[in-house]
Amino acid sequence: MARTLITVPRTAKRDEIIEIRALVQHSMETGYRRSSDGDLLPRDLIRRFTCRFVPRVAANSNAASTAGDLIFAATFHAAIAANPYLSFNLRATTSGTLVFSWEGDNGLAQTETVSLLIA
Amino acid sequence: MQPSTQALQKDDTQNPAMLWVKDGEALWNKPEGAAAKSCASCHGEISRMKSVATRYPAYSSTQRKVINLSQQVNLCRVTQQQASQWPADHESLLGLEAAIAKESRGLPISPPTQRQLADAQKHGEALFNQRVGQVDLSCRDCHETLAGKKLGGNVIPQGHATGYPIYRLEWQSVGSLQRRLRGCMTAVRAEPYTHGAKELIDLEAYLAKRAAGMKLESPGVRP
Amino acid sequence: MKRRSFLASSAGLVASVMVRPVAAIEQSSVLTALVKEYAAGAVVREGRVKFDIARLVDNGNSVPVEVTVDSPMTPQQHVVGITLFNEKNPQNDVAQFSLSHLSGRARVATRIRLATTQQLVAVAKMNDGSCWTHTVEVLVTVSSCIEE
Repeated sequence: MARTLITVPRTAKRDEIIEIRALVQHSMETGYRRSSDGDLLPRDLIRRFTCRFVPRVAANSNAASTAGDLIFAATFHAAIAANPYLSFNLRATTSGTLVFSWEGDNGLAQTETVSLLIA
Repeated sequence: MQPSTQALQKDDTQNPAMLWVKDGEALWNKPEGAAAKSCASCHGEISRMKSVATRYPAYSSTQRKVINLSQQVNLCRVTQQQASQWPADHESLLGLEAAIAKESRGLPISPPTQRQLADAQKHGEALFNQRVGQVDLSCRDCHETLAGKKLGGNVIPQGHATGYPIYRLEWQSVGSLQRRLRGCMTAVRAEPYTHGAKELIDLEAYLAKRAAGMKLESPGVRP
Repeated sequence: MKRRSFLASSAGLVASVMVRPVAAIEQSSVLTALVKEYAAGAVVREGRVKFDIARLVDNGNSVPVEVTVDSPMTPQQHVVGITLFNEKNPQNDVAQFSLSHLSGRARVATRIRLATTQQLVAVAKMNDGSCWTHTVEVLVTVSSCIEE
C-alpha cells in the first residue's frame, strides 16, 4: 500500500475556501527508463486521482449519496513527477468527510478519508 | 539550490521525504523479529530520540568501532529485536533513519569527543583531501576550492551533509549519505567503496566534524 | 557614416528591440494542434489563465507548477477543466484536472517532469465551453551530478 500524506485544515468557517494537499508515495515509472542491466523498466503509473466530499448528514441517510460530490479529479501521465503532489481548493459549506482515491497500473487502488469540521 | 527546491524542504506538507518519515514513525511502534519488540519497547516515544542523530557517526563500545545511525538501527534489529539486518538504503531503514533524524531538526550537529572517533575523523579528512579516480579530483577540490563556482548549470555546494537522509530530485527518492558519496566517487570515475565500508564511515565522521555546529535539517531535499 | 546618422540608426535599433511584445510567445505548432483537439471546436483564446513555472529549471525530474484561472467559480460561471500539455517530452500529455464550482477557487498545483527545454501550455475550459490558454517557455538544464 502506498504511503500518503494529506493536509486539510481540521476546521473551517462556513464558505471559507480551504486548500487541500495530497502527496502519495509512488515511483511513477515512465516505461522509458532502463535498469542498470539495460532492461526496459515496465511502465507503472498512478492514472487517476479523485477527491469527493460526503456531507455528514448524507452519510447516514441513504446509500446513493454516500459517494458524495466529486470536488476534484486528476488524470496523470508519465510527465507527473515521482511521489505525485497535488494542491487544490474546496469551498467548505458543511461538515463531512473528504474521500481521496488513487488508481493506477498493477491494480493500484487506494482510498483515504479525512474529516472536515465546519466551526 | 533553487528557491523551489528550498521551498520543498521547508514545507512538510510538500516535502516528499515526509512520506518516508511517516513510514519510519509507523515502524518505530511496530514489533519486529523473534523478540517481537518495537523500537518503542526500549526507547519509548520517538520524540525521545531528540538530538540523537546529531551525534552520529559515533564510537560504539559494544562494536568496538565507529558506526553511523543506520548501522545503529541495524544493530538494534539484530541484538534487541532478533530480526535480520536491512540492506543498505532499504526503504524501511531510510524511513526509520529519517524519522529519527527529524527529531533533531534544528539542533546543531554535535559529534561526541571520543578518541576512537577522532581517529576516524582524521582518517576521513585524509580521504577527503585525497585525489581519486580517472578525473583525479578530491572532495576538497570541488567542495572547498571550487565551492560556489559552477559545474555546468549547477552551483557547487560546500558539501555539508546536514540534511541526510535526503530526498534527491535526481534519485526521485530518499537516499543515504553513503549513496551520495558513492555517487560522487562514480562521477570522478573512482571505484566507490562498498556500503558500510570503514572508509565511508570515516568520511561521514569527518563530514560531521566539518559541519559541527550547523543545524541538522533532515529530511532535506536536494537537486 | 556620419556620427549623427550612426546615432540615429542605432537608436532605432534599440527601439525595435524594446517594442518587441513581452507577454506572448509564439506557440509551437505541436501545442496549437493539441489545444485545438482538446477544445473540440470551441473558441480558444489567450488569457485568464496564469501558468506559474520557473523559467530556468535545474532538474527536470520535479518541476513545481501552479495554474490559476480568473473565474468567480459560481454555479453559473466556473472552470470545469484545466489541462497541461508539453511540447517535447516523449508524450505530450501531462495531466488533466476536473474542477467545479465546489472548488471555490480555480487553482491547481502539482509537480511535473520535463525532458528538455520546451514550451508548455495550460488550457482552461469554462462551463460555457470556451477555452483559455497560457503558453510558457522553460529552459531545462542537465544536472551536473547525474547518477547512473
